Amino acid sequence: MDADYKVKLEVFEGPLDLLLYLIKKEEVDIYDIPIERITSQYMEYLSLMQLLNLEVAGEFLVMAATLMYIKSRMLLPEDQQVTDTEPEDGEDPRWELIRQLVEYKKFKDAALQLAQREAETSRMFPRRADAELAAKAADVPLAEVSIFDLINAFNTVLKKAQEKEDFREIIEEQFTVSDKIEELLYTLRDRTELVFSEVFAKASSRAEVVVTFLALLELIRLKRLKVQQPEAFGEIHVVKVA
Amino acid sequence: MTLELKNIIEALLFSAERPLTPKELRTILAEAIDPENPGGPEAFRNVREAQIAATLEELKVGYDTEQRSFQLLEIGGGWRLVSRPEFAPWVQSLLDEARPQRLSPPSLETLSIIALRQPISRADIAGIRGVEVDGVVKTLLERDLITIVGKSDAPGRPMLYGTTQKFLEHFGLRSLDDMPRAAELRLQAAALKTAEEKQASQPGPAPAAATTATPHEG
Repeated sequence: MDADYKVKLEVFEGPLDLLLYLIKKEEVDIYDIPIERITSQYMEYLSLMQLLNLEVAGEFLVMAATLMYIKSRMLLPEDQQVTDTEPEDGEDPRWELIRQLVEYKKFKDAALQLAQREAETSRMFPRRADAELAAKAADVPLAEVSIFDLINAFNTVLKKAQEKEDFREIIEEQFTVSDKIEELLYTLRDRTELVFSEVFAKASSRAEVVVTFLALLELIRLKRLKVQQPEAFGEIHVVKVA
Repeated sequence: MTLELKNIIEALLFSAERPLTPKELRTILAEAIDPENPGGPEAFRNVREAQIAATLEELKVGYDTEQRSFQLLEIGGGWRLVSRPEFAPWVQSLLDEARPQRLSPPSLETLSIIALRQPISRADIAGIRGVEVDGVVKTLLERDLITIVGKSDAPGRPMLYGTTQKFLEHFGLRSLDDMPRAAELRLQAAALKTAEEKQASQPGPAPAAATTATPHEG
């Protein structure tokens, strides 16, 4: 057979799964498994898997060995059966396997019912908080503010300052960067963050805006402050570094 | 608007975004204050948990008989309002939610085993399923449906797993007793355990007698 030939074959999770399938297909009693028939079917299936180049997991081979062992023991007359490995004399050699199959089948059935519960439950919706949705959104890491974003924001502030200036008398004032650094830190003494525009709220001239901006840059360089932009293209926030 | 216990609880359920237990509701009733109308909350200060549980049942039945578009569900010990399944197409559209991912058959089998036999080790789960379960267990841990609940005394001290509150919520189960085939499959486990303990404690019959007397919950 061509190795590339693909056959849609029912996938069995494990040897117990395959055995349950064979028991159902052969319509035999799980408590009285005709071991010879089931074993030959099982081996047939394994060789089919190998023929199709399907990887046969080790568990399938272990089960094959178990089945062969049980079969061989059942072929012997009872008085000649080797009982050294079995603690209880006269016990049906199939019993351990049957017990395992019956138990597995119960869990498999329970799993099917659980799948039904899952399907039902997924169609019922509880009330959901905006907070929950907001938390999801907040999981998105804060965008880093580039120097260009800062300059852009600065430009906007500068333009506003210019407009203000046009309608005011010019009062000569002297500002130094270090004055503004102190002022900024003072404003942030009992707050953790400022919106970018707040930083310049009190600045009344272009010169003051420029000096304040330089103070801000210096504080960022000294790692006393950092800038964040919670929303893309939103306002830039100036945050105190703890 | 009449201030009846039923209405108060309904308001709480309506505003809550998580399941509320009768115990929590009792605490809320005991602690609520209204400066404008102190008498209001005080009247419900000493409501008993049993009365709250009965009121929850009453509300649940009420919504069912009135055929409301929502229902009151008991999940993992708490109560919460949920929309009825018939309205799923619209609510799904509102929440802009992709169809939730369903668990695979191996995951469901493994979950059933853990739910009914917890605390259980990976080796014991593999023993029941007949295949190794490492990958499935890892996925279930990641999805927070199971958790490590301890270590076994068996050789190698393997991890023991159990199901989580999220597991109950995912499947809409009131409790583990609500699991399909719970009575039967847990009873078997109890019987096995008792047999093992009997074997382990051969010299003294007293402890074995104590364990056999353990009542079965179902």
